[in-house]
Parts: sequence; structure tokens; C-alpha cells
Amino acid sequence: MRLRLRFAKAGKVRWTSHRDVARMWERAFRRTRVPLAYTAGFTPRPKISFGLALPTGHESVAEYLDVELTIAGGLDIEATVGQLSDALPVGVEATGGVVLDPGAGSLQEEVTSCTWTMQVPGVALTGVQELVAAALATDSLVVTRTRKGREVTDDLRQALVSATAVGSAEGSVVTCELLTQPRGVRPTELLAALDPALEPGRVCRTHQWIERGGARYEPLDAPLLAPQALARIAGAG
Amino acid sequence: MTSLWPRIEPLLAKVQKPARYIGCEDGAQMPVHHPGKVSWLLLYPDAYEVGLPNQGLQILYEILNERGDSVAERAYSPWVDLEALLRRERVPLFSVDTHRAAGDFDVLAFNLSAELVYTNVLNCIDLAGVPVRAAHRDESHPLIAAGGHCTYNPEPLADFVDFFVIGDGEEAVGEISRVVRAWKVSGRTPGSRQAVLRELAGVAGVYVPSMYDVAYDGERLVAVTPRYADVPEVVHKRTVADLAEWPYPKSQLVPLTEVVHDRLNVEVFRGCTRGCRFCQAGMITRPVRERPASQVRTMVSEGLKRTGYDEVSLTSLSSADFSGIEGVVGDVIGDPANCGQVSLSLPSLRVDAFTVGLAAQIQQVRRTGLTFAPEGGTWRIRKVINKLIREEDLYGAIDAAFSQGWRRVKLYFLIGVPTETDEDVAGIAELAARCAELGRSHGGKASVTASVGGFVPKPQTPFQWARQDAVRELQHKVGLLRDATRRARGVQLRWHDPKATLAEGIASRGDRRIGRVIEAVWRRGGVFQEWSEHFDLTLWEEEMGAAGLSIDWYVHRERSLDEALPWDHISAGLHKDFLWQDWQDALREATVEDCRWTPCYDCGVCTGYGIEHLVASTTPPAGGSQGTGQDLGTGGVVPVTLGPSKAAVPA
Repeated sequence: MRLRLRFAKAGKVRWTSHRDVARMWERAFRRTRVPLAYTAGFTPRPKISFGLALPTGHESVAEYLDVELTIAGGLDIEATVGQLSDALPVGVEATGGVVLDPGAGSLQEEVTSCTWTMQVPGVALTGVQELVAAALATDSLVVTRTRKGREVTDDLRQALVSATAVGSAEGSVVTCELLTQPRGVRPTELLAALDPALEPGRVCRTHQWIERGGARYEPLDAPLLAPQALARIAGAG
Repeated sequence: MTSLWPRIEPLLAKVQKPARYIGCEDGAQMPVHHPGKVSWLLLYPDAYEVGLPNQGLQILYEILNERGDSVAERAYSPWVDLEALLRRERVPLFSVDTHRAAGDFDVLAFNLSAELVYTNVLNCIDLAGVPVRAAHRDESHPLIAAGGHCTYNPEPLADFVDFFVIGDGEEAVGEISRVVRAWKVSGRTPGSRQAVLRELAGVAGVYVPSMYDVAYDGERLVAVTPRYADVPEVVHKRTVADLAEWPYPKSQLVPLTEVVHDRLNVEVFRGCTRGCRFCQAGMITRPVRERPASQVRTMVSEGLKRTGYDEVSLTSLSSADFSGIEGVVGDVIGDPANCGQVSLSLPSLRVDAFTVGLAAQIQQVRRTGLTFAPEGGTWRIRKVINKLIREEDLYGAIDAAFSQGWRRVKLYFLIGVPTETDEDVAGIAELAARCAELGRSHGGKASVTASVGGFVPKPQTPFQWARQDAVRELQHKVGLLRDATRRARGVQLRWHDPKATLAEGIASRGDRRIGRVIEAVWRRGGVFQEWSEHFDLTLWEEEMGAAGLSIDWYVHRERSLDEALPWDHISAGLHKDFLWQDWQDALREATVEDCRWTPCYDCGVCTGYGIEHLVASTTPPAGGSQGTGQDLGTGGVVPVTLGPSKAAVPA
């Protein structure tokens, strides 16, 4: 059977990488004795696939992974999610899970956009609102980035679905939705496009979206389990 | 004291691998500091991913936190990118556990596993806001301590370290904590730093360099002698008699990010009596003390359960020598209680078919590569270094490996050992080519990597009197090997930078005068000298010259029996006349057997310490091994099944 699990990553552990998180999960599955299916060959790997990589340093309450097990059923998902959360490092917390339909597509293929919140410390709300409004009004938002040692120019405007800002005179928080295809645009790239002088504070992925037949779905339609896990995140610094 | 985390965190977005600095490992402790408890900061002076797995540090971390009178946290050298930011923002070095400033601890204790980290030690002291020279410190500063294998010649760091702990630390740290605690609770009054150091000098195994005078006669060292009657003339190493009493680490740290040796490590024995003459670890950790097999099994199964690792390493200097190793391996592999598939690794000095059989058993799941360390390319040189692997056993091992499905074999060699000729060096290429040929005879591809390191004579070994090869000699030998392996099918050659070997040689057998060089190299930015991208020999050469010290005299000169050695006042229990005799034996190609299974040849350790080898089996392993219970007359005989190796002969 295949499971889809949702998890959060927050606190000090946000400084670990996508690969680090994958290893944490492998160890947690073994500690909780969830019967993982392995690939064949000389170096068997557990069959776990993660969705879009979360940039190192960013937090999230909307991470997902698909995992294949050797059993056909009979798993208490709620209990398993709780045990996994306990076996994971503080700050990486499992918050829900479902059994996937046999024909379900992969996270990598299906997710079309993500919603992010991004702190902009020290910049008054009025200024940030003006920048956001200007970005939404324009036809192109060109940025230059370095990729494999070469400068690449990109237009972010097509990837920007929506953006709003809240805050005060001391600081603002931008909420934005960015497309993940053809490539996953990072919220910090958007900030740099608004004004290269702005420095982001904490960034959190709050949703991943799948668009199908004109409607939007989250990858996992399950209630938030293990609220104690989220309480732990709040205390994780 | 408050956490520095709010000042550190904004810097993390700007550095590589920020997870190095967050702590949070499974097994990490968040100790509560208290005016009545000695606070230790255990420092590994290299990058986090190298330092975290260090077992010695983890053992002391647990022991100190279990005690009622001490707490311990950890720190590692910040990588150069973070160091620059810390200096710019005036943030001091910090612990990774509670992100407390290093300068707020009572003791900063360094683990010295390699000489090229010495400049990092000075850098850490400086980043902690502490004067790098011991003479410039007062009661407001922490005590700077060091332990680990390099402390068997503490002199190069004598001006910077307040006290060294020689040998096993398990018991000594408790005794030191009692002394330091008394100093702490008495309020570290003015002038008390000297008093606490004087008292520490009385703790067995503790060496306080400022309590000793060093006399020179021109270039020559005359003696290192205590200044006071109550300070020992010779500091003897500490040795834990029974590992069963120390089942540590109980909660091995599980890092959140990638590190070297990222697996469960269970120490199965300490000490080694194979008698390889180049090996400092084998000489200074005698005698052999095995952990009971039942305790090994428990530590493995509980460790796997707790950590979720799928790999376990049974660690020691040569784990295939552990009594009843086959039974232990079978139990670990076959234990249904271990979650999922577990692979095992086994560092071993043995090179024979028995070892390959073990490897076949343990690499059922993940068949990676096999590594052997013949160390020498000819039987003659292997007798000189007392690495008694017969050609027959070596090819038997290689044959077994390829017949059982391995396609890649790695061979470790040393170049630059005493008496070595070009013929011995050529033997390395020939041997590697033959192994590849043997591999191909089993059908399919065969890859043999010969990894070659330059030999550095180490203190407290029979080779401590030997001259070290100059850089150009090592380069010549590497050149010979490159030529000889260029057209050898299936053979890859890797070699260690001869320049780094020279810098290691300067630090290994230096005396107290070398401290000035280490300090100068550090002041010129020479940190992370273990890393090829940061290593710079010109710094060492120029600073040796500036200090008026001769590299030839320190490194490339054979020393004599009547010469005072800088580490003569530090004892690993080995009689100097035993070491000298073994050195003379080496020169005439005479060998010694492993004394855990054969009669004592009185190296001095067991008798001196009133302890004995603790081994479950007093007979050598099946088939004999490495000279023990073997007919050595045939040692150099190449099995007739092998044809002449054309590939190894340069045209």
C-alpha cells in the first residue's frame, strides 16, 4: 500500500536540507517499524518520494511525502502518524496521512502552485503594499539569477498568482501564491524582484495546491492530526 | 548566561551547511548550568561533519553529564564562512547544545586526533575570546585542556594548553572535575589559576606543561623537567582496565545532517597488539581490552532501535580479531528484532579469506567495496613494518572477494617507510595489477584502487627515531607509481599530498619551539590545514625559517638512542629499550608476533600497569593470521596460479 503523509518543518531544524529531512524520515520509519518497501539491486533504497524541495532555512506546515509499504492494509494511520511525529526530531512533525489510490499521480507531477508567507522585518506595511500592487499591475518582473555558474534571466510575473500584505509600521508579512511549473519560484526571488534591498525574515510554506479540472485541491484531504505536534513546533524556537 | 542563538541565527542564512550549527541531534543534552557544577565545553577542532561522530568526545559528553558535579556541551570549528561573520559581528564561539558562549565555560577541552588541526585549536581559543597563550590567561578565563592520541607528544601545543590528559579519559575527567569544582566554588580568587593547575598536575595522567622547564643545548633538547617536587617527572597514561564497566556512548548522537561515519558505532575492543611498527594507535592503546560479546550484542540492538540507523560499525583497531567475531556478526545480521535490513561494517587489519567470508556475511544487503591494508608492496618491507601479510593470504583474500561477487577492491599502502627502496615501491603497483588480473579471471570487470599515503614517524613508536622522507622523495615515489600504473588495466592510483605529509611531520615530532610556528601559521590565516583547499605548505616553511628552525633537523634526520626526545616525560607504558630493540629488529627485517596469543615480549605496558589483555579467546583466530601461528618462510611466495603481470612492468 502507498501512504501520503503531511508534515511540518519549523524551528531550528529548518536549517537542515531537503536531503537531511529525507534521512530523518527513513530513520523514523525504521524506529517506528513501519514496514517500508525497498527498491531491488545492490543498494536497496526505501520507496519514499518527496514533493517539491523546501529551501533550506524556510519553514512549512504543508510538506508531503509518499511512501510505499510492504503491507496491503490494516494500518492505524492516526496512531502511526503520532508515532512517527514522536520519532522525528523536534520541529519535524507528522500532521496527517491517507492511503493513496493505486493510480494516484506523484507529488512532483501534480502540485501546480504553493502559498507562502514571508516576513519583511523593518519595512512599513504601506511601502510593501505599494510594491505588491505595482508587481501585480505590471506585465513583467525580470530577475537575474546564477545557475550552474551562469547568469540566467527569468520573468517571474507569470508565476505570480496572487499577493497581499499585512503588517504595521514596524514590519510586514507578504502572503503570495507562486506557480511551481515550469519551475518552482521561491518567495525570496519575488521579494528580490520587488526590491533587491529588502531582506526576508522567516518564510513559511502554508499550502501546496493541485489544480485539476478547474478546481483546487490540497495533496491530502485529511484533518490536522496530532495538534500536540504543532504545539511542539511553536516551542521549537 | 543567555543563549547566543538570536545573534547566531541571522548569520545562518549566509553560510554553507547551516545545520552544522543548530545542535538538536537525537541524544543531544541541554544541561542546566549551576555555580556548583564544573562546565566543560568539549571541542573537536575541525568541521562539524568530521567531529560529530568522534566516539571519545561522545563518551566523555555522557559521563560528564551523568555526574552530579559537572555538565558538558559540544562545539566544533566554525567553517571559514561563519568564522568571518562571527568576527565581523563580534559573536564568540558557541556550544551547539544551548548556544552558550565558549568563554563562559570552566574548561574548554579539545580532542586532538590529528596534528594538522593544531592551528584550528588556536583559532577556537581565540574565537572564544581567550588569550591563545596560556601565560596570558588569568582567573577570568577558562582552563584549556586537550586529550586524544596527539597528546603523546604534547610539546608543540605546550604554550597554548593549560593541561593535557594522557590516555583513556573515562576516569580522569571525574578526578579533574573534582579539582576544578573546588576552584570554581572558591570563587576563582586572584592568583588561584596557578594553584589549580599545580593541583591538576597531581592527578594521574594529567600533564601541566607550565610546571616544567625545558632545557636546550643549542639545537638539541636536553630535558623537560618538573619545576616542583610534587609534579611528576614522567606522566603516565591512564588506562581503563575493563570496558564492560564503560558501556558508552549509551545514547549515540544521531546528527540531523550528513556527517562522516553516519551510522551506529559500537566499540568492541580497545588496544591492539598486532605490532605494526608505524602505527601509533596500536602502540599507545595497549593492552587489548575486549568488551564482553553479550554487551556488544545489547549495545547494537538497543542502539539500532533507538537511532533508526540501518548500518552499524563494530569499531576497534582491527575488529576481525575480536574473539568469536563470527558469532557476533551472525547475531547482528540475523536478529529479527533489528528493524528492517541492517548492514554492518568492520574495520580490520586482517587480510585473508576468513575476513572476506565475514564480509560476505555482513554485506548481504549492500555490497559496496572491500578495503584491505597491506601497507607494503613487498614481503621484505612488510617485515620491516611488521605488517605480516603473506602474499598467499593477500591473493587468497582478493580471490575470495572477486569470486563472491565484489567488483571493487581498495588497497591501502604507505610509502616512505624506513629502508624502502624503489623496488619496494614498484611492488605496490605490481601487487595492485596482479589483484586486478586475479579479479578479471572471475569474469567481468575488476577495479582495484591503490591508495598511497606518505609515512610520518610518530612518537611512542619504534619508528620515532626514523627520518621522514622529504617531499621530493615522496614525489619521486608517487611518480614511479603513476608510471607503473598508467597502463595497468583496472588499477586506479590515489595518493596523499606529500606536502601535507611534511607539515604533519613538523607537528608530530616537534618540541616546544614548534609552538611559535603553529601560532604564526594560524595568525597568517592557516586554518583547516587538514583540508586540501586550505592547506598551504609555504606558510609552514616560511614560519619555520622565520623562527630559525630547520625542517631537516626536525623531520628528515635519523635520531639516536642517546638523544632526548621531546616526549620522553610522557609515557604510554612502553619501555624505551623495547621500542629501540623493535626499531633495530625492523632494520634487520625481524618480526614479532601478536602477544595476545603468544608469549609476552615485555613491551612494558601490562607489567607496568598491572593489567592484562582482556580477551575471551586466548588462541589465535582460525587459520592463523598475520604472522601468528603461520609459517613465515613462505611469506613472499607468490601463488603459482598467477601468471607474470605484464601490466605492472613499465615498458
